[in-house]
Amino acid sequence: MAEPTARDAAETPNTAPVDKAEASTEEAAIAAIEAPVERGEPILQVRNLVKHFPLTLGIVIKRQIGAVKAVDGISFDLYQGETLGIVGESGCGKSTVAKLLMNLERATAGEVFYKGQDITKLSGRALKAVRRNIQMVFQDPYTSLNPRMTVGDIVGEPFEIHPEVAPKSDRRRKVQELLEVVGLNPEHINRYPHQFSGGQRQRIGIARGLALNPEIIICDEPVSALDVSVQAQVINLMERLQDEFNLSYIFIAHDLSIVRHISDRVGVMYLGKMAEIGTDEQIYEHPTHPYTQALLSAVPVPDPEAREHRERIILTGDVPSPANPPSGCRFRTRCWKAEDKCAEEVPLLAIPERFKGSDSPAAHESACHFAEEKDVVGAA
Amino acid sequence: MTIIEDAVPAPRGAGEDQTPLLEVRNLHVEFHTREGVAKAVNGVNYTVRPGETLAVLGESGSGKSVTAQAIMGILDMPPARIPQGEILFRGQDMLKMSGEERRKLRGAEIAMIFQDALSSLNPVLTVGYQLGEMFRVHRGMSRKQAKAKAIELMDRVKIPAAAARVNDYPHQFSGGMRQRIMIAMALALEPDLIIADEPTTALDVTVQAQVMDLLAELKNEFNMGLILITHDLGVVADVADKIAVMYAGRIVETAPVRELYKSPAHPYTRGLLDSIPRLDQKGQELYAIKGLPPNLLRIPDGCAFNPRCPKAQDVCRTDTPKLAQLTGDEGRELVGRGSACHFWKETLNG
Repeated sequence: MAEPTARDAAETPNTAPVDKAEASTEEAAIAAIEAPVERGEPILQVRNLVKHFPLTLGIVIKRQIGAVKAVDGISFDLYQGETLGIVGESGCGKSTVAKLLMNLERATAGEVFYKGQDITKLSGRALKAVRRNIQMVFQDPYTSLNPRMTVGDIVGEPFEIHPEVAPKSDRRRKVQELLEVVGLNPEHINRYPHQFSGGQRQRIGIARGLALNPEIIICDEPVSALDVSVQAQVINLMERLQDEFNLSYIFIAHDLSIVRHISDRVGVMYLGKMAEIGTDEQIYEHPTHPYTQALLSAVPVPDPEAREHRERIILTGDVPSPANPPSGCRFRTRCWKAEDKCAEEVPLLAIPERFKGSDSPAAHESACHFAEEKDVVGAA
Repeated sequence: MTIIEDAVPAPRGAGEDQTPLLEVRNLHVEFHTREGVAKAVNGVNYTVRPGETLAVLGESGSGKSVTAQAIMGILDMPPARIPQGEILFRGQDMLKMSGEERRKLRGAEIAMIFQDALSSLNPVLTVGYQLGEMFRVHRGMSRKQAKAKAIELMDRVKIPAAAARVNDYPHQFSGGMRQRIMIAMALALEPDLIIADEPTTALDVTVQAQVMDLLAELKNEFNMGLILITHDLGVVADVADKIAVMYAGRIVETAPVRELYKSPAHPYTRGLLDSIPRLDQKGQELYAIKGLPPNLLRIPDGCAFNPRCPKAQDVCRTDTPKLAQLTGDEGRELVGRGSACHFWKETLNG
């Protein structure tokens, strides 16, 4: 069992601000939540976040026989106005992170500070205020919209829960404005989801996410269900909206090319842990973690000639089960560099010793004992 | 060996001048629905030779999968109908064959790999049983022999500890392993042609690379023809010899793989290539093809792409362009290149 320990705490690059005196009252918490954040300041700080799903045996008398360690101690910051991409293969815990940030799942341990307030501990009005400011866009536009509701009702539903944002008389106009913002015809307000194509449905989902003027939008695979030509339209729309409404995005996806396109910083997850995090240039052009290097080298590039100049690293085997992750470094079972040390010691997410103090782009946080730089993308 | 193979002997071994393994001629497929006739495939032509990989590229609704299903003979008819066209396998038109004859080809000569391995495998039967079924039904082997064959196949697609896992059920395998089992099943009877419909779309990139490598390796080992159906321009770049790009049920461009990426000759292909973000470059705003793919019930007149095309002229709204042979300097034919655009010359030259 890898419980969050002092060692995990050491992963945390900088300590989160907790103002206990102010957080003591709900009013103060709400005031803090409503306060604006300067561009470039951290708006969301995640510290040692853990989510274990219990595995139980028995029907009447249940006993816990283990846990799926979906997220096992990750820390990162999201700055105001930026896009943080989170990439990883299926089962690495990236979608669980999204749910934890929304407080849709209760964290097993760890903290998520939104403007200094720990949302994993909030409840009642303060939690409601946080949720207004953090919205989500889901992967599948076919199942995330209620087929029996009109577009107007879907996009207007957030106003029912947060009536202070738009008075009842004003809602229809507001919804039409939102539809226009995302590039849909405002006259289609009375249509049902099945009357729209996949790309249009994702626009409806985005309009719903924008309705409450949130500060953060968490996008969980927002374009992976869409065709290539439509994907580009939705990505462009999201970038335009970010500038227009000053949004911060957490962009979760498995498509590394799209993540690079949209993100300012990128975090690479493997089996519930953050393997490497840095700016898009640091991660894509100067990766130091072997998993990142393998992941990048495996991405098919739509250019047969560039392809030949790239080194490919083909990993053997599959991702181990998160219910029973390997000891030490979780990637060691598939890593070509693994040594005894990797089985014994969990590598910390920190700037590797050999790059410390250097201003090379390789000097970014990487959780590997043997971190070294390698260009696998073949960037010019 | 089946009757068909004896009747039409085809030489094994690579070479461009061999008789084609598969030839699709002017294939049309339509679906009769309550709202009208949906024209899914509107005159598709392509050929596949032994040892050759043809990639069919297109978005959802372009007709790429329907064409494959027509070749396999697994279209539900009705609602589907094939009003005209020929599908020649070693020169024999499969559309004119009886059900019995086609069944003999399916699996033994032409096999298919589906996208979603979990829903293509029977969850209540062991993988060994499902793999062995091929040998029992087609080759009349005993259960014991069939199981031994199943283990051999699982070894061949590099499933670790095959003998121990032959009695496992599909849910006990990971996604990549399940797709390997699908590949093993397709390979079982050593077919000459494999149709892979989005074989790696449901897989993670690291596993995707493993599976594509395996597929390419086996294809070379058996000198099979491979039709790779995909929407992913990246996957295609790796393995295909030639590419056919489909849009609204028609092939709009064909080219050897390198040339398609270097100099696309159809505005749709060009738009697709420009609209994908690149891993090795931090791009600016993405180019987006405006609008949506057409409704197959109401395909636009003229060129189906004209409402979305930046180069569309009046002629594009009235005349349907044919897939024309491209020519280079001094009228020299560009081998294997075709484009169904009135203005392919302008597109080719940027």
